Amino acid sequence: MRISALPREEYLLPGNAACHGCASSMCLRTVLKALGKNTVLIVPASCTSVYQGMFPNSAIAVPVFNTAFASAAATASGIKASLLQQGIDANVVVWAGDGGTYDIGLQALSGAAERNEDIIYICYNNEMYSNTGIQRSGATPYGAWTTTTWSGKKEHRKDVAELMMSHEVPYVATASAGYLADLYQKVKKAKKMEGFRYIEILSPCPPGWRYPMEKTVEIGKLAVETGMWILYEYEEGHFRLTGVSKAIAEGRRKMKDIGEYLFAQGRFAHLSDGDVVKIREYVEDRWRKLVKMESDMHAASAKFYV
Amino acid sequence: MKSNTTRAVRIITGNQAAALAAKNAKVRVVAAYPITPATPVVEELSKMVETGEMKAHFILVESEHSAMAACIGASAAGSRTFTATSSHGLAYMHELLHYATNARTPVVMAVANRAIGPGWNIWADLSDSISQRDTGWMQFYCSDNQEIYDTIIMAYRIAEHRDVLLPAMVCYDGFVLSHTAMPIEITDVNDFIDEYHPVWRLDFDEPSTHGNILPPDYFMELRREVCEAHERALKVMKEVEREFYEYSGRLTPLILEEYRLEDADVAMVTMGAISSEAKIAVDELRKRGVKAGLLRLKAFRPFPKQEVVEKLGSVEKVYVFDRSVSPGFDGQLFSELKAVLWDLRSPPEVYGRIVGLGGRDVTSRVFEKAVLGELDKKWVMEVIY
Repeated sequence: MRISALPREEYLLPGNAACHGCASSMCLRTVLKALGKNTVLIVPASCTSVYQGMFPNSAIAVPVFNTAFASAAATASGIKASLLQQGIDANVVVWAGDGGTYDIGLQALSGAAERNEDIIYICYNNEMYSNTGIQRSGATPYGAWTTTTWSGKKEHRKDVAELMMSHEVPYVATASAGYLADLYQKVKKAKKMEGFRYIEILSPCPPGWRYPMEKTVEIGKLAVETGMWILYEYEEGHFRLTGVSKAIAEGRRKMKDIGEYLFAQGRFAHLSDGDVVKIREYVEDRWRKLVKMESDMHAASAKFYV
Repeated sequence: MKSNTTRAVRIITGNQAAALAAKNAKVRVVAAYPITPATPVVEELSKMVETGEMKAHFILVESEHSAMAACIGASAAGSRTFTATSSHGLAYMHELLHYATNARTPVVMAVANRAIGPGWNIWADLSDSISQRDTGWMQFYCSDNQEIYDTIIMAYRIAEHRDVLLPAMVCYDGFVLSHTAMPIEITDVNDFIDEYHPVWRLDFDEPSTHGNILPPDYFMELRREVCEAHERALKVMKEVEREFYEYSGRLTPLILEEYRLEDADVAMVTMGAISSEAKIAVDELRKRGVKAGLLRLKAFRPFPKQEVVEKLGSVEKVYVFDRSVSPGFDGQLFSELKAVLWDLRSPPEVYGRIVGLGGRDVTSRVFEKAVLGELDKKWVMEVIY
């Protein structure tokens, strides 16, 4: 699918307050095109709280309910319950950052996933607390500079998408701002399903990751091409790699070296050779684990190619 | 009283009364998390929803923080919502309590009052809800189970009134009321309370954004509106109280209750279940020639300033009994009462006593001895039988 084939309707309007080169706003624009107007968006504290615009204005052309940082999945559960009681059919969708998903909002997320709430939870993961000005999160990768990890983070990231698979929800998918058509189709697919659906988007951030703003799409692609970010879907118990990740696993594309991704960003500029080795080992281990998971689960063939 | 209103006397606990009130008030979304001593409310409601006796959606959330978030979401989306909690659960909700107020979602919550640890203490103490005083919730303190049932139903009428639109907590002492069975009239309230008519609905054709950034140009207006809504609530409470009386035949106070106060020289001021013991003390004191009376505050927020001044304007002495304390200062009711009486040209002498924390027994003898000057310290540590 080509980007030019995406619907013309716009639900994230121009003139919003996102930074230049913001992947989150680009992805939200795409996500809303896939969801359509019959959608209510639940937004916890995050960059989107800011770039949707100040009262009395709003840049989002579907109903939005802003909620407290830790509460997105719970608020969405309440909204869904109310709509069910009233017989209103609508997409109830959380749009949260990695802070509101990986860290402070994890309890509510896990609870809603375990209850199999009929909602779509989308995490735009920029691997740090961008809205408060670039602090470490549970999604920050090893070695990355932030304003709370001045000499580089000492731990690897955790992985909430995998955690959602262990909750055995109906649908889990990863996506990247580098591949918007893939994101669009995954949201389209999620929309047709019932129960708890989780989509996590790698969302590069120019001011936080320290790269020029016109490189957002390129960085989003490099993350996948180097194996730093792996595209997959987990659907009704079946796991499969998708898009470029699938192509690499099948030998149709060669995986690029991790250095191409790391040294395109200022946040990794200080890494020692030893740090790079450590990240490479982490990426290779995780890659092997997910490729093995695919073969173990006898996955159906991937539907999306980018 | 409406002649066609059905009623039945049942012997039930405070928690059962709370659950029945939520059901009869046509609550459509419940989100709750168990905590002693409010747990039976959660159990009763989930059973009624499962059996179909109550037409509602029950969200079995993983925490009180999420319980309140879900209630706010459901309320904003157009449903009447209810939850129940206590102590640490209420403390955990704190952030969302503020949220419910500023979002103007008329959530109603039962609070079985309990101390906050450590050490773990599950017994009666008003510190949990009193320390949520400034969250903007209306607060009602009940003194028996009938009041719990009646007040929860009336609370929806007040909270959802277009002049108010504020959340409300209906509080009752843990175990003393929550787990004690007493006979109460279960009045059918079908004609007293309709299905919820939400202020706004999700509109996909004319979408709106709720709760985005509110700059300094607007925020003060929002807060002033909340405060003015509290002032308007007092008037609405009087109307609802009278309407409920006409409907049910029961005069269940929403603002305050007075007992032998007309000619009193000494007034006791209380909230919650200890008020029943205070009434006994009034009778005992009167037998001994002391002209004592009782003012029981039902509403702590909004605080009925004018009404309190009217009731206490002509007494000589006031004894305020707090089943809670603000460390570093005094009992909260004591402090607020003094602030209100300061407006009088010649205010009465006002004394404060801290009683019954963490479930310590408060008997009628405590009130008697305090008024007779036999308990002259702020802290009443003794259990007097």
